[in-house]
Amino acid sequence: MGDEVQQLTRAFSGMGGLGVDESTMVSALAQWRKQPEKRSGFRKAFPDFFKSHSEIDRSREEFMLHLVAEFARFKNLMVLWAMHPWERDARLAHHMVHQAHPAAIVVEVACTRSADELLGARRAYQALFHHSLEEDVAYRAKDKPYCNLLVGLVSAYRYEGPRVNEDVARAEAKALGAAVKRAGGVAGKLVADDEVVRILTTRSKAHLVETFKYYKEIHGRRIEEDLARKDDTLLEAVLCLAAPVKYFSQVMEAGLRDGADNHAKDALTRVAVTRSDADMDDIRAAYQDQFGAKLEDVVAAKAHGHYRDALLSLVGAAGK
Amino acid sequence: MATLTVPATIPPVEEDCEQLRKAFQGWGTNEKLIISILTHRDAAQRRAIRRWYADSYGEELLRALSDEIHGKFEKAVILWTLDPAERDAELANEEARKWHPGGRALVEIACARTPAQLFAARQAYHDRFKRALEEDVAAHVTGDFRKLLVPLVSAYRYDGPEVNTSLAHSEAKILHEKIHKKAYSDDEIIRILATRSKSQLLATFNSYKDQFSHPINKDLKADPKDEFLATLRAIIRCFTCPDRYFEKVIRLALGGMGTDENDLTRVITTRAEVDLKVIKEAYLKRNSVPLERAVAKDTTRDYEDILLALLGAE
Repeated sequence: MGDEVQQLTRAFSGMGGLGVDESTMVSALAQWRKQPEKRSGFRKAFPDFFKSHSEIDRSREEFMLHLVAEFARFKNLMVLWAMHPWERDARLAHHMVHQAHPAAIVVEVACTRSADELLGARRAYQALFHHSLEEDVAYRAKDKPYCNLLVGLVSAYRYEGPRVNEDVARAEAKALGAAVKRAGGVAGKLVADDEVVRILTTRSKAHLVETFKYYKEIHGRRIEEDLARKDDTLLEAVLCLAAPVKYFSQVMEAGLRDGADNHAKDALTRVAVTRSDADMDDIRAAYQDQFGAKLEDVVAAKAHGHYRDALLSLVGAAGK
Repeated sequence: MATLTVPATIPPVEEDCEQLRKAFQGWGTNEKLIISILTHRDAAQRRAIRRWYADSYGEELLRALSDEIHGKFEKAVILWTLDPAERDAELANEEARKWHPGGRALVEIACARTPAQLFAARQAYHDRFKRALEEDVAAHVTGDFRKLLVPLVSAYRYDGPEVNTSLAHSEAKILHEKIHKKAYSDDEIIRILATRSKSQLLATFNSYKDQFSHPINKDLKADPKDEFLATLRAIIRCFTCPDRYFEKVIRLALGGMGTDENDLTRVITTRAEVDLKVIKEAYLKRNSVPLERAVAKDTTRDYEDILLALLGAE
C-alpha cells in the first residue's frame, strides 16, 4: 500500500512537479473502491494536503490553491494553444499590465515577435481591451525607471531587413559603453538612459546584433556581462532582441528548477505554446548546450499527466 | 470634405499613361496636361497609372517626371502622385533628416491621421528607406523634442469612441499641474499626449476647460518664442480642430515676406483627398479672401497651376 500511496501523492503534485497525473488518480478510484480505510491512510500519509486531527483529517487551504493551479495547468496550456497568436500575445501582455506580473512577459512579447506579429498583437489588444497597449503599459509603469524602455519596446515597428550601417553600429556600441560607465552601477539609471532606450527601442534586430558584436570588440566584455545583476529588464530586452533562443532556454530552465515560483512555472506553458512552431528545435539545442541535459528528459521527469504529455508534444524531441 | 474631383467617366489607364508619356516626350513638357490628368485621379487610380506605366514603358512614372520637371512644381507633382502612406513616409524622412524645432510634418503625420494611416506610413517608410521611422526620428532629433516626437510617431492609438471620464478628469489635473510648474517636457505630459486615444484626449481637454475655466492651449502660451510649447499646442490643435490648424499653417505660409512653399505644398497635397474643402471654408472665414485667390497671388506658373487644380479650381 505504501507504493500506491506514494504514487497517488505524486499524482496530486504532492512531491513537487508540474500538473497532475490524471490516469493514476482515476486508477486509484477503481483500485480503492469500497476501501475507505485506504483513502484514510492516504490522507494521513500526506501532511502537505491534510492536517490530521484525532478523528478528522482536514485539507489545507494553501494546498487547495496549489491544486487549483496544478489541475489548471493542462487547461491553460490547451486554451492558450487554441487561441490566435495575436489574441494570445494581447492577453499575455494584458496580464502584466493589470496584475502585478513581472515586466518580463511584455519584454518577451515585444522583442521576440516579428514586427508584424507585434502589430497584430497590438490590434488584438485594442479590440479586446479598448485601449492601446502602449497606453496601458505607460500608465502602469508610470513611475518605474524602465517605463520609457517598455513603452518604446511595445511601440516599435522595426525594419526587418538585413541591411546594417556598420559605422553607425560601431558608434552605437561605443555610446552604449559610455552609458554603462555613466550609470556607474546605480540601480535604475542605465535602464532610463536616453541613448540606451533609443538604441534598443528603434534599431532593427540585425543592427543590434552587429552593435553587440562591436561592443565586445571595443570594450572587451559582452554587453550581457555589463548588464547582469544591475538591470533585469534591460538584460531581458537585450537577450530577447539579440539571442532569443538562449533567452527562451533560460526561461525553461528556471521553470523546471526545484522551488520555482508560479510565474516561472507558468512561463513553461507560455514558451512551449508560443515557440513550438517557431524556434523550439533551436531552443532544445541551446538548452542542451547550456545545461548539459535534454529538455524533453527534464520535462518528462518533472511534469505529470496530461500536462506532461502536452508539454512533450510541444517541445518535440530529437528525431521527431 | 475633399476638394478632389474625378470625372464621372475616366479614360482607361492605358490612355492616361500614353497621354502622360506624350506630355514629356520631345522638346519641352506639357505641364498643363500632366496637371489636368493627375489632379483628377484619386489615390487608387494614380496607383493604377503608375503600375501600368512601369509595366509598359519599363521605367517609373515618377522618375520620368523628375527628369522633365523641376523645383517646387516637381515636388508638388511627386508628393501628390504618391500614395498617402508613401507621401507621409517621404515627408517624415525629409523632416527627420533636416529637423528643426519648427517642423510640423511629423506632428501632422502622428496626430492628424488615423492610427491605421500612421501605421501605413510606418510600413511605407520601411519599404522606401530600409529603416524604421522612429529609428530615424530618434537618431536625428535631440533633447526634449526627441522625447516627445519618438513616442508620438510610434503610437498605435485605440481608435474607438470609449472614454473613461474620471480618467479624463484626473489626467486633465495632471496636465494642469505640470504646466503650472512649467514642466512642459515632463514624462506625464508626454505619456498622455503620446498614448491616449483621440476620443480620450478630447474628453481630457474638455475636462481641462471645465475645471480650469480656460482651454489648455491658453496655458501653453507662456513664452511666445518657445518652440517646444508651440509644438505641444500644434499637437493639441491637430486633435481638436484640424481644419483650423491647417488653415493657420497655410495662412502663415502665404503671409508675410515670401511664401513657405514646403508648408503650402505639404498641406495641400496631404489634405486634398481629406478635408481641404473645410480648410478652404475656414480660410475664407478667417481672412475674408478665398484661398484660391491668396494662392494665385503668391505663387506663379506651373506651381500655381497645380495648387489651384488641387484646390478644386477648374
